[in-house]
Amino acid sequence: MVVYGQVILLGMMLFVIGGACVLIRRNLIMILIGVEIMLNAAGIVFIAASLRWGALDGQAFVIFIMAVAAAEVAVGLALIVYCQGRSGSINADTYNTLKG
Amino acid sequence: MWLYSLIFYLLAAVILSSTLLAITRRNLVHMVIYLIISFFGTGLLFFLLGAPLLAALEVIIYAGAIMVLFLFIIMTTPSEGDQEKLKGEDPTCQSCGPIRLLHTGLPILLATTLLVVAGLFIFADPEIRVALNPAMASPAVFGRFLFERYWFPVEVASFLLFVGLVGAWYLGRDGLGASSMARVPQSEEAESENRGEA
Repeated sequence: MVVYGQVILLGMMLFVIGGACVLIRRNLIMILIGVEIMLNAAGIVFIAASLRWGALDGQAFVIFIMAVAAAEVAVGLALIVYCQGRSGSINADTYNTLKG
Repeated sequence: MWLYSLIFYLLAAVILSSTLLAITRRNLVHMVIYLIISFFGTGLLFFLLGAPLLAALEVIIYAGAIMVLFLFIIMTTPSEGDQEKLKGEDPTCQSCGPIRLLHTGLPILLATTLLVVAGLFIFADPEIRVALNPAMASPAVFGRFLFERYWFPVEVASFLLFVGLVGAWYLGRDGLGASSMARVPQSEEAESENRGEA
C-alpha cells in the first residue's frame, strides 16, 4: 500500500533537487532544467492528492502544468539561443551588464 | 498489496537517484539521458497512482518532446561543456574560499532547512498516514471530466501554447538571430569599447 505522506515526501525532495539545480548551476540550460524538475515534482503531488480524495481535479491540473511547462520550454530555449547569439555565452554569470 | 509499495519504493529510488545524477552532470547530453530515465520513472509512477492518460502524456511530452528540444539546443549551441564551474567555483580567484563556500553551501543549507520545516509541518498532520487505495481513472472518463468541468482553462492553455509558439518564432526569426549571430566574433571588442566609454 502506498502511503500518501511518502508520495508527498518524494515530491518535496524532487522539488528541492530542482531548486538546488536552479541555485547552484551557472549554465542557463541547467537553470531551465531545474524549473522543469520542480514543475514535475508539483505534478506528482497533484496526482497523489487526486488519488487520495478520489477526485479528478488534481489530474486536470497536471494537464495544465504540462501545458505551462511546454510553453515555458519553447520560449525559454528560444531566449537562450537569442542570448547566446548576442553575447556568445550561456553562462549566467556573464550577464552582469547592470552591475556597473 | 505489498507489491504496490515495493513498486513505489523502486520507482522513487530510480527517480530520485537519476534526477540527482542529472543535475550534477557537467556533460549536458548525459544530463538529458538521466533526466529521460527520471521522466520515464515518473510516468510509471503516474500509472501506479491511477492516471494512465497522464502517464502516456508524461512520456510523450516530457521524456519525448521537451527533452528532444533540450537536446537540439545543447547540440547547436557551443557551450562550455565540461569546463562549466559551479557557482563560486572560480579558478581565477585565489582568495575567495569563504565566498566559494557561501555560494555552494548556502543554497544547499537553505534547501535542507526548507525541506525539514515543510516536512515537520506536513507530517504533524495525522491524516498523512492514510494509505492510497489503488484506483484507475480511465482516459475516456478523464477526458469527459476535463471538457465538462475545465473547458475554459483548456482553451486558455491552448492560447498559452499559441503565445509560446509565436514568442519562440519571434525570438528565433532571421532578422533577430542572423544579425546578432554575425556580431558574435566582435562581442569582446564591443565589450571593451563599452568599458572604455564607461
